[in-house]
Amino acid sequence: MKSLVQKLYLSLVYCILYFPILVLIIYSVNDARFSLQWHGFSGQWYRELFQDRGLWSAFFHSIGLGLAASFIATSVGLLACVHLFLHRHPYRRSLFAMLLLLVIIPDLVLGVALLIFFNVTAVPLGFFSLLIAHITFCIPFVLLTINTRIHTLDANIYYSALDLGASRHTALAKILLPLLWPAVLSAFLLCFTLSFDDVIISYFVAGPDFNILPLTIYSLVRAGVTPELNALCTITFLISMMLVIVSHRLSRKTS
Amino acid sequence: MLFCFVPLAMVVVASFLSKDSNHLVSLPFTLTNYAELFSPLFAKVFIRSLLIALFTTLCCLLIAYPFSYLLTKSKHQSVLLILIIIPFWTSSLVRTYSLIAILKFNGILNTLLLKIHVIDHPLSLLYSNFAVLTGLVYNLLPFMILPIFTNMERFDFRLIEAAKDLGASRLAIFFRVFLPNTAGGIISGCLLVLLPAMTLFYIPNVLGGARSILLGNMIQNQFLVLENWPQGAATSLLLTVLLFILLFFFRRYNREIVH
Repeated sequence: MKSLVQKLYLSLVYCILYFPILVLIIYSVNDARFSLQWHGFSGQWYRELFQDRGLWSAFFHSIGLGLAASFIATSVGLLACVHLFLHRHPYRRSLFAMLLLLVIIPDLVLGVALLIFFNVTAVPLGFFSLLIAHITFCIPFVLLTINTRIHTLDANIYYSALDLGASRHTALAKILLPLLWPAVLSAFLLCFTLSFDDVIISYFVAGPDFNILPLTIYSLVRAGVTPELNALCTITFLISMMLVIVSHRLSRKTS
Repeated sequence: MLFCFVPLAMVVVASFLSKDSNHLVSLPFTLTNYAELFSPLFAKVFIRSLLIALFTTLCCLLIAYPFSYLLTKSKHQSVLLILIIIPFWTSSLVRTYSLIAILKFNGILNTLLLKIHVIDHPLSLLYSNFAVLTGLVYNLLPFMILPIFTNMERFDFRLIEAAKDLGASRLAIFFRVFLPNTAGGIISGCLLVLLPAMTLFYIPNVLGGARSILLGNMIQNQFLVLENWPQGAATSLLLTVLLFILLFFFRRYNREIVH
């Protein structure tokens, strides 16, 4: 009896978490515009979605921005991690405290700060402002992901490679990088999902001529519920879910 | 390799700039922006956001605490854990949007309640404080579950056996053994929920009505609609200071528990 109640409670919470998403997916393939009733399966909304030019361009902008931001954030974060790992930096602890602060600080405040920063430095709002903003909020996550992995390594393997005559480049590329590879990939995927889904910070630093998907969705959401939007949200949800699962698998392999 | 600190420094610089933005937007340095923060209108919004944020945190805690306990006891822990992490990293905007279909006037919840005769006519749930609260709890629940769960996982359940052997009642076991030992997780969970609950501006924008403007919406409005940057900067600075005070107290409390 007791275990039954417990199981019920567990499943209830999962129902609460997943029910709205399930509803979304079901309505996205429902063959009716306004009705709540089930009218049979239809791919109509997806077809209409695929014909929307503006959405496609926003989608590709988002993918491009996500890839660029995650690539730069991951490489910078990787180098910083390796640097901090190999050289006992006196300010290591305070650096990591600062990073945690960046994770904790509300997105809204970061967005506002970046907006003011771009205004002062006269960076036009558009692709570059978005790129810099996304790199900024991704880097702490990269450092935290790679850092947990790098601490399972022994720094001496790097130094023994140097003793055996490898250049620093070779030692980095042939010794450290292969060992860190899963963590790096998982950090990259994490950055991509973060960047792909971010609304708050992008909302502040996006310009009028560079539209990205989350902001497009946001403006559509505020206009009201449509089946096309259901379809679009289903697709973005599935994309991020896939990335999460892959990234989770990778990070589990490392630990 | 020090390149990595450039963006970091940039944020720090920018956050300092926001303080000085009174200069940058209009030269005469004034305190009016800060004075305006004490106006009754602002105080109302502020108190409302704080109340909603606190209530969200409480709801999350009440749901998450027993849930995490069951999760630590469960046999299928890893699968269940991934299922919690998935919503954690997927677009919260999309998930907020999906709530509309459930809460709206002729939505699923109303239809269901009508069918089982709990209510006679549909309730207007959407565009209210209730909808905002639901949205926030729904979005932030994983942020509460994960820290509490990681904390509980480390708890040595033999302590409970020991307390039982020593004759402690069930209530005493809970309040004097289990709760103090898992308080660290509760505190970090509360922080992770409370902080975003004050600032997630798009949830009230999507689910809330005209009367559920929160602090986050206010800052966003000041920046992008009213174009009153100094005022917005002052508000966000106040928010940051408030959050740091909260953080400080929580950490202090945390340390006291540990010692």
